[in-house]
Amino acid sequence: MFAETLFLGASLIAIVASVGMLVSRSPVRSALWLILTLIVIAGLYLTLQADFIAVIQVLVYAGAIMVLFLFVIMLLNLGEMPDLERVDFKKGVGFVLGVAVLTLLTYIGTTAALDFPASSSDPATTGTATAIAKSLFTQYALPFEMIGILLLLATIGAVMLAKRTFE
Amino acid sequence: MSQDLSQAFDTIWADLAGGASMVGLAIVGVGLIVWDIFNSNDTRIPWVAAFALLGTAVLEMFRLNEADTTAFFELIRVGGVASFINVIILGSSLVSVVLSVPYLRQIRHAYGEVYALVLFATAGMLMLGTANNMVTVFVGLETMSIALYILTGLVRHDEGAVESALKYFLLGAFSTGFFLFGIALIYGSTGTMYFTDMAAGYAVGDFKALFWAGVGLFLVGFLFKVSAVPFHMWTPDVYQGAPTTLVGYMSTASKAAAFAALVLVLFHGIGLVTPEAGGGNLQLVLALSALVTVVLGNLMALAQKNVKRMLAYSSIAHAGYVLIGLAAGTSSAYAGALYYLLIYAIMNLGAFGVMALLEWDGREGRLQTLDSLSGLAHRHPLLGVLMGVFMFSLTGFPPFGGFFGKIAVFAPAVEAGLTWLAIVGVLASVLSAGYYLRVVYVFWMRPESEGDPAVRDTTFAVSRVSAGVLTVCAVLLLVIGFMPFVRNLTQSFFNSGVLVLLL
Amino acid sequence: MDLPFWLLALVAFGIINFMLISASVLVYAERKVSGYMQNRPGPNRVGPGGFLQPFADVFKLVFKEDIVPEGASRFVHSLAPVLMVVIAMTVPALIPFARGVVIVDSSVGVLIILALTSISVYGVTLAGWSSNSKFSLLGGLRSSAQMISYELSMGLAVVSVVLITGSLSVVEIVEHQSAGAAVLGWNVFRNPIGALIFVITAFAETNRAPFDLPEAEQELVGGYHTEYSGMKFGMFFLAEYVNWFLASFLIATLFFGGYLIPFEPQLLAAVPMLEGSVWLGVLQFVSLMVKVSFFVFLFLWVRWTLPRFKYTQLMHIGWKILLPVALVNALAIALLVVLFTSV
Repeated sequence: MFAETLFLGASLIAIVASVGMLVSRSPVRSALWLILTLIVIAGLYLTLQADFIAVIQVLVYAGAIMVLFLFVIMLLNLGEMPDLERVDFKKGVGFVLGVAVLTLLTYIGTTAALDFPASSSDPATTGTATAIAKSLFTQYALPFEMIGILLLLATIGAVMLAKRTFE
Repeated sequence: MSQDLSQAFDTIWADLAGGASMVGLAIVGVGLIVWDIFNSNDTRIPWVAAFALLGTAVLEMFRLNEADTTAFFELIRVGGVASFINVIILGSSLVSVVLSVPYLRQIRHAYGEVYALVLFATAGMLMLGTANNMVTVFVGLETMSIALYILTGLVRHDEGAVESALKYFLLGAFSTGFFLFGIALIYGSTGTMYFTDMAAGYAVGDFKALFWAGVGLFLVGFLFKVSAVPFHMWTPDVYQGAPTTLVGYMSTASKAAAFAALVLVLFHGIGLVTPEAGGGNLQLVLALSALVTVVLGNLMALAQKNVKRMLAYSSIAHAGYVLIGLAAGTSSAYAGALYYLLIYAIMNLGAFGVMALLEWDGREGRLQTLDSLSGLAHRHPLLGVLMGVFMFSLTGFPPFGGFFGKIAVFAPAVEAGLTWLAIVGVLASVLSAGYYLRVVYVFWMRPESEGDPAVRDTTFAVSRVSAGVLTVCAVLLLVIGFMPFVRNLTQSFFNSGVLVLLL
Repeated sequence: MDLPFWLLALVAFGIINFMLISASVLVYAERKVSGYMQNRPGPNRVGPGGFLQPFADVFKLVFKEDIVPEGASRFVHSLAPVLMVVIAMTVPALIPFARGVVIVDSSVGVLIILALTSISVYGVTLAGWSSNSKFSLLGGLRSSAQMISYELSMGLAVVSVVLITGSLSVVEIVEHQSAGAAVLGWNVFRNPIGALIFVITAFAETNRAPFDLPEAEQELVGGYHTEYSGMKFGMFFLAEYVNWFLASFLIATLFFGGYLIPFEPQLLAAVPMLEGSVWLGVLQFVSLMVKVSFFVFLFLWVRWTLPRFKYTQLMHIGWKILLPVALVNALAIALLVVLFTSV
């Protein structure tokens, strides 16, 4: 029961916060909404008994990455973005399409979510750091190493684009 | 706390041997980065990279006839079809690296890191192209994409390059979001990340609608990467502004990898969900996407004045031809799609390679028009002939490879009942002659006086290596149609597959 | 602890009040110790020996007018100090004060502490941004850059501890240090480099001298809290002192055996009646507080010994010295753990 309440609460806040992020006209406020979204998503992980992932979500996304976001926004001193314009024809079409997609998603959501499935696997063995580490270092060792390469190349690329000159 | 890990790495040596190309390229890439730290922009770096690519390509060629197996806990495929895909990717990378050496030096951006990044991107492509699991698809795709974003923006002082890199990055990141969300939904509804377990998972799963929503989002991500309409908007701008030889790389190798992954996921996973269970919708989606891609790509290409932009639209159109094969969805169609990817890679690399040699505007060729190069073939007959071969082949003229490639995708489409789609494809090919042959016309038939005066003052240095590589491409295009064993090879990959057992 | 909910709430309430009182004691301690170090008496008017000075300060702050600067973002301006205090008050829930005396013994306790630390930087950053003042903004920017730079090394130091223990639970980390003869089981002896890195980064994360660039009074007036007054300023003040206290707790818990009493087995052998009695718990708490007091003093000691770093030096130390050392240390520890223990 507690898990359901937490799930509903967290997902509601997540939706509201995501919308808030989209409609905020100030970059800092958008970032704040995004931080809230990321934190309540950690709450969603908690409903799945994935404590480790939840904490890592807060630590990495809400804690480290978003601080960088804020740092850059503040450093660039970004002003307010222009206010939303009046709804014109193109946006009207977009609105209709958006409503259509939303209807579709609601339909899928209501038809699919009617009988909520119980989590099939034993949470104590899937959500812990040990279990995650085991599958990460054995079964998924290859993608894990490749992610190492990915991060290395992103770092090198960023430095190369920013600093490199050809003599 | 302790868990039994004694069995975990029992097969590690066999796995490493199976994934030798991918692992090897990544290691060589790291080595090159370290080398570049101590000896900045060493001119030997590209040749080490090329040698690594050549070595792995030869290795994969030897594996072409091996049985199709898996490695690393069934995460990637090895041998057989995977080797064929790897050969396409590694071959395109090799050609791109060799062509890039003089080109990057000419535009004064011959950093050592570029070649390391190409190797990393290639390793990512190998992972993507031979994936058997959604995780490997995603990680491979991201490794490839991020390296390509960086390579696109290499010439950072040029606003066109910056525009193209930024567009590519933002839209690419956006499409990755769709892709990932699709994977999440597919996993949620089937309970597996493995392609081969997907159909079984779908049959027992309760959330059929979620699965199709997931497949839809997944396809959006893929169609973006292969630049199919309606997710193609980034392609012309990106191709126009990026360094030309690297455009050749991303338009062939990355597309081959993405299409190969799509073929594998359709063949082993999603495509196995039969029409009675809703599989027919997927065919319709692919067919419609192929239709608009082919038509729109060719129509837009007709209107272009800049050759790189024209080739960008042409690459959209060619993605459409491959999609025609995928829409047909039979084993011979998948085989045809792979065969087409091989031929497309050769001819597109050639076309971009020639254009890289013919640059005079100092802006990665994004400002120069086709007409400015009037009559150029008389000064550089070799380039003229090569361009002619590539253009005729891209059009699909009979003795050249492009013709046989198109047969390989159109014929299965007709067999699968998609005759209307095949007809549209053929008509679009006829249309494409309008812009491909115009290049040949301008190069050969127009007098030099109609070209740009600046062109007449420019001497286009054609290094022996570039000319040699391009000539090899052209010769391959001439003979590949008469080497039926290549076509039979691709067919053999899918004959023993699961699909046939089902039928 | 399987206590009924209401009792747990009561304990939590008690701990929060303990932290509040400690903060005022710390304020007094800081002023007094600073005074002695500078050869002056320090506060000595309010109460016996000036002991009631911090309480008088609190009253002053409560009765001061709350000012929100013009053009400030009101909501965020109020949010920032609240965030700081709430996070500072959450961390004690994870710290074991004696054997079995901990509010939450989470299986990922250490990570939660790290996560809370990384969230708390928002308090400073947002305070700086929302005040609409250049001094505040600079303070906030410095703070976020500093936190990001030192968080990595801190995380790696914690990782080295976790590697030795094989668990992310704070209680297990403490208990694991009881192995080995007397105090030799403490992590500071098993992992001295990690301990040093953690202490340095703890200084940086709490914005204490010599890492107090976010509030460098000579250049930035008050740094991120320049535009705060009244109790909002009081909350920053409170959070800063609680964080200082907590950092000492963490250093003691992770590296100096937490609540473990040195020579505990020998003590139990000599006085068998202690076994299982409440007095053992009291002794453990005293043991912890002695260690904590030492580190509290260390913070002051360092403050009046070392001058503040320049910004370039700060970045240099963080990225070019601490981070590589912490990385190598974590790797070496991992290697040693694999070689010398049965996994």
